[in-house]
Amino acid sequence: MGAPSRHEASVAVRPAAVTARGWGWRHAGRAKPAVRGLDLEIRPGERVLLLGPSGAGKSTLLHALAGVLGDMDDDGGDAGESDETGSLLVDGAVPREQRGRAGLMQQDPETQVVLSRVGDDVAFGAENLAVPRDAIWARVHEALDDVGLSRLPRDHPTSALSGGQKQRLALAGILAMRPGLILLDEPTANLDPAGVLEVRDAVGRCVDKTGATLVVVEHRVSVWKDLVDRIVVLQPGSATEDAVLLDGPPDQVLADARTMLAAAGVWVPGYVPGTRARSGNPAAGSGGLLLAAENLAVSRERPRRSGFRKVPPVPVQHDISAQVRAGQALAITGPNGAGKSTFALTLAGLLEPVAGKVSATLDLSRGAGIDPYKWKAEQLIERIGTVFQEPEHQFVTGKVLDELLFGPRHLGHGEERVDELLERLRLTHLVDANPYTLSGGEKRRLSVATVLAAHPRVLVLDEPTFGQDANTWAELASFLSELLDSGTAVVSVTHDAEFTAALGGTELRMAAAEPVAP
Amino acid sequence: MRQELNLRGNQALLARANPLSKFAAVFLITAVLALSIDWVSASVALAFEFLLFPLAGLTLTLLWQRGWPLILAAAVGGWSTSILAPDSGRTLIDVGIWTMSEGSLELGIGFMLRGLAIALPAVLLMSCTDPTDLADALAQKARLPHRFVLGTLAAMRLVGLMAEEWQTIGMARRARGVGSRGNAVQRLKATLGQSFGLLVQAIRRASRLAVTMEARGFGGGRRTWARESTFSALDAWVLAGGVVMAGTAVVAAVSLGTWNMVWLGS
Repeated sequence: MGAPSRHEASVAVRPAAVTARGWGWRHAGRAKPAVRGLDLEIRPGERVLLLGPSGAGKSTLLHALAGVLGDMDDDGGDAGESDETGSLLVDGAVPREQRGRAGLMQQDPETQVVLSRVGDDVAFGAENLAVPRDAIWARVHEALDDVGLSRLPRDHPTSALSGGQKQRLALAGILAMRPGLILLDEPTANLDPAGVLEVRDAVGRCVDKTGATLVVVEHRVSVWKDLVDRIVVLQPGSATEDAVLLDGPPDQVLADARTMLAAAGVWVPGYVPGTRARSGNPAAGSGGLLLAAENLAVSRERPRRSGFRKVPPVPVQHDISAQVRAGQALAITGPNGAGKSTFALTLAGLLEPVAGKVSATLDLSRGAGIDPYKWKAEQLIERIGTVFQEPEHQFVTGKVLDELLFGPRHLGHGEERVDELLERLRLTHLVDANPYTLSGGEKRRLSVATVLAAHPRVLVLDEPTFGQDANTWAELASFLSELLDSGTAVVSVTHDAEFTAALGGTELRMAAAEPVAP
Repeated sequence: MRQELNLRGNQALLARANPLSKFAAVFLITAVLALSIDWVSASVALAFEFLLFPLAGLTLTLLWQRGWPLILAAAVGGWSTSILAPDSGRTLIDVGIWTMSEGSLELGIGFMLRGLAIALPAVLLMSCTDPTDLADALAQKARLPHRFVLGTLAAMRLVGLMAEEWQTIGMARRARGVGSRGNAVQRLKATLGQSFGLLVQAIRRASRLAVTMEARGFGGGRRTWARESTFSALDAWVLAGGVVMAGTAVVAAVSLGTWNMVWLGS
């Protein structure tokens, strides 16, 4: 063992090479392969941005390179055998047999943290590689320093970190393993704009320092363009076509294939997809008042029980007032943790206000009473519809068609609208599919359609454009603009300035929540 | 809940002892108390336990916040024993079918004190033992398989998230028209549906976490430990303290003639 030398603590890693020869992979229980006929060579130290439409097998490739493909599919299903063709090698050997050679970061920050204290979490990978104890702590300190988290004490609770910090912590955990290959699978898809830059910059610093090979999968090209030296565009492989559609330096690929990439839904820099324009003046206050919030204080927590006493929750935000009018868009913006979603959910009658009140006008309530929180679920859905950030949270059946018919059946009317919604949101070919098996964009469209099937007068959306490709984005914005013109009120919680601009209307900007003394 | 279980900043003496020695001491005490229903052994143990609270960084307020269900249960148990147990000695209260005599009151108090004396060490243990330290001790000292121990530890972190997820799914389903209000059958149906939704999300989260752990090299053969689980002189004191507490309780009860083996009856 011996004491760790200073040299060991700061040595650059040996970058890894990737070689794919006719490689393909079919997940267990699936008819079609996720990747087919992939030929790709990545030289040691190269930095590659992987692009391509959903279903092109980008995540599958990353999982395979990390050596975690096969026994743990994301769907948890293990029906039948998975199937591998051709060869995929890291440094000339099978990835599975080289633990620690590659480090993988996934999308959901919550599942990138393993342990409950910052230092322990970073040490976890190094421990598994049987690094001697003293050397582990040297690596932990260096890694935390590299990702800009060195100010945190080693026993800082990981649950208290923001999304961006969690992803940087995960990066530190990867760096502490000293991998030659760093794999990032949409590392910033769940983050706000500040978090995105935080993570991107940390990745840049670390790759500069270690010289490791980097492979990133992301929709947002502008974020990563200057950090990578090569862009590879994948397409769903077929028997006749190559899995690699385009390959080259970023500027060249973007110049050659700008239009094609944009058409495939890739967010190419400087391109905002065209959306349907609002008719008339979207800012005009013509619409009648439907819903109003007065001096609202909001919190997700319910009153806490401490012994026999009931302690009201500390509001995350207070004194919010807003008005929702027919045919008008209201965008709720502000930094992460400001309580935007909490406010929107309270406005939508799903959370009880801590103080202040939400009142529906007679025009909206039509006899259901003034307070939306007190409405029955059937009364709520035909008045205020809420689309959650995670579509899966709202799936209540096992079939796309049943999912859409669910609201109308409960209400006893409106089934005739379903066909039109299916058509309009391009879901007709999926009516028999299980909602959980859809792609990200399809799930988003379905979740919007299911809520609209009940024909609510107010539509509330929580981060509707998060992680969406440019095509779904444009479809959604155009569709909402139609709804607005037809008199529906649209309230959206969003970080997306272009989306806000596309819908027009008013913006309610919420400041960062001040820590309130309990 | 999560906040209350967070031990960061607990600098108390017992927080520095090895979890295994604390477990052993608690086991000794509760084992002895389980043997006899009498008020002497229970109050001796209880008195010791109250003396230990500062050493575990616990105050009476914290104790009430964390342990009130246990404390209430002990009180209710004591009360019902004293009115329902067979009477002996002078009758103190007589309200129709409920009577309380000196004998039954003594049994009831013994029962309540014993309940408290057995429950409080668990609260004490929880409030000065970090789950991570416990896992380290179980894997390194008790030699339990590290795959199992660390897997459980990582999964426990997700339990806190599940509470938030439960609330979110509840709201998301209300927004779909699934009411969680109404009569008992409707509520039960809603709860079952919500549980299913939570289960789906839990499985997805768990499998993503498993991928994360595997990608960090977890599950292989030999591994090292960044935190060494050690025994120190403090642990000898903890064990000795456990022996003294258990021993004093027995000796006091036997010498005062109240020792009352559970299985021998009264």
